[in-house]
Amino acid sequence: MPPLRPTDSDLNTLLTTIGIESPDEVFASIPAALRLEGEADLPGPLDEERLRMSFQAMPSRICFAGGGVYRHHIPAVVDALSSRQEFYTAYTPYQPEVSQGTLQTIFEFQSMLADLCGMELANASMYDGATALAEAARMALRNRRIRRILVTRATHPSYRAVLSTYLRHARGIEIQEIPFDPATGQLDLERLAPLAGEDTAFFVQHPNYFGVLEPMEDLAPLAAQCGFWGMVVCEAVSLGLLKPPGAYGPQVVLGEAQSFGNPPGAGGPLLGFFCTRKEFVRHMPGRLVGQTCDRQGRRAFCLTLATREQHIRRDKATSNICTNQGLCALRAAIHLSALGPRGLRQVAVQCASGASYLKGLLCEKGIAPVFDAPVFHEFVVRLSDPQRQALLREGIVPGIPLPPHYPEISDGQLITVTEMNTPKECTCLANLL
Amino acid sequence: MSGESLVRRFPEIEEPLLIERSAEGRNTHLCPAPFAGFPPDNLPLNETLPVLPDLSETECVRHFTRLSRLNYGVDQGMYPLGSCTMKYNPKIAEEIARTFAPIHPADPRAMPAVLACLWQLKTCLQSLCGLPEGTLWPAAGAHGELTGMLIIRKALDARSEPRSTVLIPDTAHGTNPASCTIAGFETRNIPSGPDGTLEAATVAEHLDADTAALMITNPNTLGIFERDIARIADLLHENGSYLYMDGANMNALVGVARPGDMGVDCLHLNLHKTFGTPHGGGGPGSGPVLVTSQLASYLPVPLLVEDEPGSCVLKWDAPQGIGMVHTCLGNTTVLLKALVNILSLGPIGLRQGATMACLNANYLKRCLEKDFDLPYAAETLHEFVLSDRRLTTHDLTTMDVAKALMDYGFHPPTVYFPLVVPGALMIEPTETESREELDRFVDAMRGIAAAAESAPESLHAAPQSTPVERVDEVRAARNLVLTWRMHESPGKSRVSK
Repeated sequence: MPPLRPTDSDLNTLLTTIGIESPDEVFASIPAALRLEGEADLPGPLDEERLRMSFQAMPSRICFAGGGVYRHHIPAVVDALSSRQEFYTAYTPYQPEVSQGTLQTIFEFQSMLADLCGMELANASMYDGATALAEAARMALRNRRIRRILVTRATHPSYRAVLSTYLRHARGIEIQEIPFDPATGQLDLERLAPLAGEDTAFFVQHPNYFGVLEPMEDLAPLAAQCGFWGMVVCEAVSLGLLKPPGAYGPQVVLGEAQSFGNPPGAGGPLLGFFCTRKEFVRHMPGRLVGQTCDRQGRRAFCLTLATREQHIRRDKATSNICTNQGLCALRAAIHLSALGPRGLRQVAVQCASGASYLKGLLCEKGIAPVFDAPVFHEFVVRLSDPQRQALLREGIVPGIPLPPHYPEISDGQLITVTEMNTPKECTCLANLL
Repeated sequence: MSGESLVRRFPEIEEPLLIERSAEGRNTHLCPAPFAGFPPDNLPLNETLPVLPDLSETECVRHFTRLSRLNYGVDQGMYPLGSCTMKYNPKIAEEIARTFAPIHPADPRAMPAVLACLWQLKTCLQSLCGLPEGTLWPAAGAHGELTGMLIIRKALDARSEPRSTVLIPDTAHGTNPASCTIAGFETRNIPSGPDGTLEAATVAEHLDADTAALMITNPNTLGIFERDIARIADLLHENGSYLYMDGANMNALVGVARPGDMGVDCLHLNLHKTFGTPHGGGGPGSGPVLVTSQLASYLPVPLLVEDEPGSCVLKWDAPQGIGMVHTCLGNTTVLLKALVNILSLGPIGLRQGATMACLNANYLKRCLEKDFDLPYAAETLHEFVLSDRRLTTHDLTTMDVAKALMDYGFHPPTVYFPLVVPGALMIEPTETESREELDRFVDAMRGIAAAAESAPESLHAAPQSTPVERVDEVRAARNLVLTWRMHESPGKSRVSK
């Protein structure tokens, strides 16, 4: 039902003041031929109990799926605090005097992401990791010498797909993939070497889509020969354990931070993040919160560098992004402060150690990982379709099948373990194979 | 309490940054530890712990609770941001969406029910817009615009007509030209007529063989219905061009008129505006795109299709499509919330909502036109725009009015937009405000108009009742401090001027 219905006397006041006789006259400026006759063809209204009954969520009992969207422990404080209406029902903080709560939280989000990535600064969020990559490539193209975008084939397939959607109309730019070594799952450095030059922007996902850690120490000097290079992090929890990506010297670090306090949500909302260095700040996409002061000299925060943005620069803007993932960024900020440094480290250690445990169990069953390089918390094995179906029948999601995106890995299956899984679940999975 | 919102004063809180509250060892949160607590030894580990604040749970909760109290949300009071449509967000939608939170999108047992809901939403949106096809994946309105313009680009390519110009009226949102640029178009600004609408004759003058499309917002950002829209659509179609509609203002039209009937080929909706999903202080939004059957083959993948009644699947085979626009399925739980809101209202409730949104806006306009300059006399629907013409004689601006409204306990309207109105104040009350709340807003605005005459300097000083006074935005841009590492004087809660 509509949340508000005017009383007869209120309606009368409205109509008299406006100077019309019936509510429908308020639409008089719409030509009659364009007005809908009768009602729209829709169900409802439904009461709250009918609504509750119509929406039934039925997740599987045991889930080993990841691939860019992850199940992680979310402390109770995240829901409790992010549900506060002052955060939840506010708009983009254009009016800083009544938006200090959102602004300071986003400033803290920017600070924590920059620290975790080892970068100088971060923006207020992107839609998701895939559009963050596409926007990073667009930012790279502001350097006019760049004619080629290189991306590793082991970068998330959706990210590569969105990248090509966004760059389809960038004139004279080609996108090329760097293949992976079929034995290790790591990128083939020999294929990168001849292409790494001033006319190239290079992006590598680490850990990659197969969960495999790229040989960053060997890779970084090659990448540095490119006109621009960036690192993609699809699993932000890896930042709790691995060397910060910024230490390898990329110009951007971007990716997906859904794992920080945001549930999988059947696919979204996700939380793209974007970190870079000061020299690129005027070229970066998205909202930025900056610290300043009010008239009394008190510390205050506001949106800043709007001169990059669409409402000022219009067709010359660095991006068209406007509304981003504000509440998801707020949840991430709460999540990180609830976990703290030891909590995030522990979650990351549990992920890596869980994956290693399950890998061991599967090896005992004769199911060896397809790639032999070290992984974070995901790995690829081969599962036949009957094996996969048998697991599904038992309510176990055995990860994500690879062949639609990687036909070269027949029967490939990407299995993810997080701190939400247990040794017992791993045994369950292994015993059914 | 005439002239003031029921809740007026903000608490006086100076909340330190998390990093300033941090002390090593305070956080005692127990994370799950089902596995042996050591990682494999072949990983390139960070030898130090990740750099994060270290706080107790109490401190964390108090920090964010205090910060929340420095904010203003729709649940506190009226939020009349024009074109942003800040209306009440029904709580049942939150409750239901939350039950879907644990589902992984690769869970084959759980996803059919989700896809069935998404299909139902798509069907509802198509029905409300009078367009037969669409996609739900764009994550926000601007993302929807980009998706729509890429679809149009692809359709032109398929016709081997690489047209490059998009016409955009001077009342358009800034995202329109920005989205066109990414889609590889050039934009040409075209003027609206003296009554604030785009005239068919103006469009005709600017059409040529290179015109790919026109992007129109209807009702436009002055709140005026574009009465020539059907003729404009015909002109475009005769020229082989497309009509794109920015659906930001669909709250005026839901259940009343359908863009498809106006000749629109492609439009995006903003679910957080029209269908009452919360804006979350800057997202997540959601920007589904609806198209004609002629444009359907160019939609992004995955395609959501019903292979038999009640059973929906995702299809990846769309050789002519624009490709993917999102990692996954857009802002999925936001889509579910919109469906809950649509079902809870039903067709009559939706139409009543649009009607009340327009009545409330027209009521406010009549009440305020005596005290403020109303630059366009044309009939308006869900919003209207005032200018600061009468204020400038007192050396006051729209910004002063906006800040003064905060002292009356209201969020200001949209300011300085659309660009065609000098010092614009764009007011959209929405359907979820009571007559009393509207009256309180009118009294506040009249109070400000009176103060402009009698004591203009008091308005320069506003706001006084907010957690901070006027914020120095110029300083923020000149002296960039975007993280606490860039902080000039860490640990200090006051910044010297």
